[in-house]
Amino acid sequence: MKIGFYPGCSLTGSSREYNESLLSISKVAGIELCEVHDWNCCGATAAHNLNKELSISLPARNLALAENDGIEELVVPCAACYNRLVMTQHELNENKDMKKRISEKLQLPLEKGLRILNVLQFLEKYFVPQLDQLVKKSLGFDVACYYGCLLVRPQKVLHAERFEDPMTMDVIMQKIGATPVDWSFKTECCGAGFSVSKTEVVGELSGKIVRDAVNRGAKALVVACPMCHSNLDMRRSAIDSFLKKKVDIPVIYITQAIALAMGLTPRQAGIQRHFVPVNLPVNS
Amino acid sequence: MITEELSHKIREKTGVNVRECYQCGKCTAGCPVAEWMDLRPSVVMHLLQSGNAEEEEQILRSKTIWLCLTCETCYSRCPMEIDIPKVMDYLRVRSLTEGKVNRESRRIVAFHKAFLNTIKRNGRLHEMGLIIDYKMRSWNLFQDITIAPEMFAKGKLHILPEQIKGKKQYARLFKKQVKNT
Repeated sequence: MKIGFYPGCSLTGSSREYNESLLSISKVAGIELCEVHDWNCCGATAAHNLNKELSISLPARNLALAENDGIEELVVPCAACYNRLVMTQHELNENKDMKKRISEKLQLPLEKGLRILNVLQFLEKYFVPQLDQLVKKSLGFDVACYYGCLLVRPQKVLHAERFEDPMTMDVIMQKIGATPVDWSFKTECCGAGFSVSKTEVVGELSGKIVRDAVNRGAKALVVACPMCHSNLDMRRSAIDSFLKKKVDIPVIYITQAIALAMGLTPRQAGIQRHFVPVNLPVNS
Repeated sequence: MITEELSHKIREKTGVNVRECYQCGKCTAGCPVAEWMDLRPSVVMHLLQSGNAEEEEQILRSKTIWLCLTCETCYSRCPMEIDIPKVMDYLRVRSLTEGKVNRESRRIVAFHKAFLNTIKRNGRLHEMGLIIDYKMRSWNLFQDITIAPEMFAKGKLHILPEQIKGKKQYARLFKKQVKNT
């Protein structure tokens, strides 16, 4: 099975473990991910906030390159890139003049409607059906599944089910032995791109998320977005200073949780790269 | 200029009709950053409907437009389905091109500019380059001085940037787009 793969910049740097765990579990499951040839940054929040044309043309180059590679289905694990790519596809379909202009600048066609999958859709489609065979161990702990903004909103374009209380991650975590807690911050914003320029805002917004997860008895937060992960994990000192206490709940990617359940080593899951140490009980 | 024209201009440029807002306040209630804003989202909507040139100026010079995180909570909950984040995009670009960026929000803009500058040069994000560029712009030299070595130790920072190959084609996307970066 061959599926297109757009890693995005975070997966090559600050969230390498997301990439490592995704590739490890895909390999074991026999799924081949073909990286889009010569992909570029999606422009992220910066392009989106400063320049409308770039916020569309930068993701569009990746869509065109994927099309050029003959990719029909593209998995985009970074929730922020996923959001930008889907929004771009939507905008280009709505605005034919812009589509033509950008396609000319790129000297590449933007014709085929490629299917873009976020990590949860990818896992649901390709892992859940064979999960019984793949899973060797059971994660015996309570988890708070955190979806953030970009996987579920804007609802009108992404068409996410239950956008105020999504369940896809909860269902997967349950299948691998964990117990998802019922909590209130599943889709609250972590502070996103303010990690550097407004760290105190991230400390407060992420602090409220961490606090609720801890209060509901979760032993780990499970995420599917590099930006959420870096805010919740690397910004722990800002979080601790907002909460006025040290909180040690770890934050893991859903792909890392699956890797552990599949019996891969913590190193193959990239667990050692986190700021907040991860010591979770995995039963054989 | 009366804001009657502004609401029309917004509708023309973005397709969003701000006149449909009936001030229920749901956007402000759900906004994660409302407490830091000088004008709450529902107030912005109100000013866009009924304000004058002075109020338009107030919005373009506000902290609000730069504090909006585009989390899209307001849009997903608005009973009139008004795409407020799209209006914020429009207001930000105008504020930037007209040189009206709020003084206290300059660090946020500096970060975005540093980010665009880094990806313009390499095609992909180079975190180290971004941080250095941002520090030069914001004079925020000692921030995160402890986090960087730990990131490096955990293999999360590249010394050298990754470069894309199709630079010529890529550069065409930036042509006439970004000034002052």
